[in-house]
Amino acid sequence: MSDSHAGHAGHDPAEIDKHVRTYVMVFASLLVLTVLTVAVSYLHLEIHAAVTVALIIASIKASLVALFFMHLISERQIILLIMALTAAFAVVLLLLPAITNHDHIITSNMPAATTSTVTSSESAAHH
Amino acid sequence: MSAELIPYITEERPDTGLTNGKIGIWCFLASEVMLFGAFFASYIVLRTSAVEWPHGSSILNVPLATTNTVVLITSSVTMVMAWASLMRGDMSKYRMFLGITVGLGFCFLGIKYVEYSAKFEHDLLPSKNNFLAIYFIMTGLHGLHVIGGMITNAYFLFAANSYLPHDRQLLINRVENSGLFWHFVDLVWIFLFPILYLL
Repeated sequence: MSDSHAGHAGHDPAEIDKHVRTYVMVFASLLVLTVLTVAVSYLHLEIHAAVTVALIIASIKASLVALFFMHLISERQIILLIMALTAAFAVVLLLLPAITNHDHIITSNMPAATTSTVTSSESAAHH
Repeated sequence: MSAELIPYITEERPDTGLTNGKIGIWCFLASEVMLFGAFFASYIVLRTSAVEWPHGSSILNVPLATTNTVVLITSSVTMVMAWASLMRGDMSKYRMFLGITVGLGFCFLGIKYVEYSAKFEHDLLPSKNNFLAIYFIMTGLHGLHVIGGMITNAYFLFAANSYLPHDRQLLINRVENSGLFWHFVDLVWIFLFPILYLL
């Protein structure tokens, strides 16, 4: 891993040329994927399919940027560990709404509770 | 002098195999992931609990946002090209690529200004509904990051000479770190674009 470490490649011209070729290829891929994601949105897919496709394309694009432009593909292990930990926490953060929504579904079936809350707060405001 | 205040900014620290600046910027980016993650989570809460949610393209301008996506992706490429040119020691190309990167940042903000103005003209303000509220919050926060990235890139464009010839490696390291931040800004937009405009 350390041999190909991007930031410390020793400024070898051949190595830099190789990097530049990769950058150009990644650039082209990102452009194609951008066109693709916009094109798919015009198909007006059913919402679940549309979200899935859009997130898959976005994740591929994000991975290309992180791996090649941000050099994660040849980065030291400690950075990969930091980002793996961050990714794990971010996933938990993004899953929190699922728990909230589960709660929402339960409470939305109890309009009486909501009404009484509003009434009590309104009467409180009166006093 | 700064090398004495913060060690291992030019040379790698033996135990981590990295400069302290590199570790620092990645830890900062980790915190940024969580910052934007909180807003993405808020978006999911608002959207999934909403009775009705507008399709982004019915309110927002998709062609302008697509153009902005291409602008940011291009600026990420010119950023790495600037870094590669700097490693080659080709200062004129370094200046050209970094100049284009900053210029594309202005281009992005200009297009964003046009978009925001059109919304304001039609009285589509953040207070109007949850969709517009989260749209302005997320793109606004992202816009601030674009400005931040442009400031550091502009600094390395104009202050490059003060690093040469003795602190060339320090400049290379710092430009790489500035680039890491810039790519992160691009990466956030890659997710913002579909969730706000295309879904």
